[in-house]
Amino acid sequence: MHEELTPEEKEALKHVVSKFDSFEKQRGNLIPILQMVQNKLSYLPPEAIKIVSEYLEIFECEVFGVATFYNQFRFHPPGKHPIKVCLGTACHVRAGDIILENFERKLGIHAGETTADKEFSIEKVACVGCCALAPVAIIDETVHGHMAPSKVEGLLMRIEIEKEMEERAKIKDESGR
Amino acid sequence: MPKFLVDNKEIQAKQGTILLKACLDNEIYIPNLCYLEGIDPPSVSCRMCFVKIEGERQPVPSCTVTVKDDMVVKTDTPAVRQLQRTALRLLLSVHHVDCKNCQANKKCELQRMAKFLKVGLKPKGLERHLREIEIDRSHPFLDYYPNRCVLCGKCIHVCREKNGQSALTFSKRGFDTVISFYGVKDLSTFECENCNACIDICPVGALILKESKEEFLK
Repeated sequence: MHEELTPEEKEALKHVVSKFDSFEKQRGNLIPILQMVQNKLSYLPPEAIKIVSEYLEIFECEVFGVATFYNQFRFHPPGKHPIKVCLGTACHVRAGDIILENFERKLGIHAGETTADKEFSIEKVACVGCCALAPVAIIDETVHGHMAPSKVEGLLMRIEIEKEMEERAKIKDESGR
Repeated sequence: MPKFLVDNKEIQAKQGTILLKACLDNEIYIPNLCYLEGIDPPSVSCRMCFVKIEGERQPVPSCTVTVKDDMVVKTDTPAVRQLQRTALRLLLSVHHVDCKNCQANKKCELQRMAKFLKVGLKPKGLERHLREIEIDRSHPFLDYYPNRCVLCGKCIHVCREKNGQSALTFSKRGFDTVISFYGVKDLSTFECENCNACIDICPVGALILKESKEEFLK
């Protein structure tokens, strides 16, 4: 199920591993090390979990248990268009979970996952600071307030169309030259 | 040796004994799931072993109390029972009640407690919250049923006791918490095949031996 690391990711991982020496081999350093890995790779692939567990001499499953406890760690690479659905109190009351479900169904992935084409990833977040607009979703950097299930498809469609237009413009550019 | 009263019965136990253990040793049953001698500090996560101790305002979990001289303990007050029944109902609301097809049928702690506390196995008035995955088959020798698990953590403890480190862990959080065997396939030195400590300790039937290894290799 898991895809192999890209050459860049392998390189990044190697680079991170070379920095492990600055941490003592103590259990307490597990989270700082995971944070450093995620900073470089933007997620924690199984390979990285294995390397960390070997370095600290604790079982992989324990590393995994700690990492899954915290929201800050992710196990799939972020998509090109990250979708963040707010489930904070106000959004929860205004049925943010239904918005999340709609995105999940439309894209065929669960929260925390990335689509196979790496275009989209869905994340749950807890409050983005504009509760008056609840329920809120953030796609790329744009905040979409007063979300409704019927808006979900439109938003995804718009991204698709924008992508197509860009491609067409590129082709035009190239042929124009 | 401290002497104290539990339900009007005089009990003696060594200094430093946990009250819950002293009661269980003297055939006074207090419902409990997560207590295990050796887990220190006790996890106090099942919220079942409440008792009323004279002098304390509220019922307290008996796994957190060590015995004292002249303590007066009641295991059967209405407040205690109410706490226990609520805790059990909540546990059952995330439990796939299918006793007929469960390996632990008749030796299940949940059944025992339900009978003892007179709580139906399918309590009304609570929403059912079951996890999507019915069986986790990722372990070479075990199958794990998340919807049967009560998350007592005993399996993690016994595995660590026996092997120095635990091959099981809690993963995720909140309603999504499950036991996970992440990375277990790489533990070639590990003696899971002949150990079974986690299966034996499980108070319900959440961990069971795989019927055949071929099933896994397929």
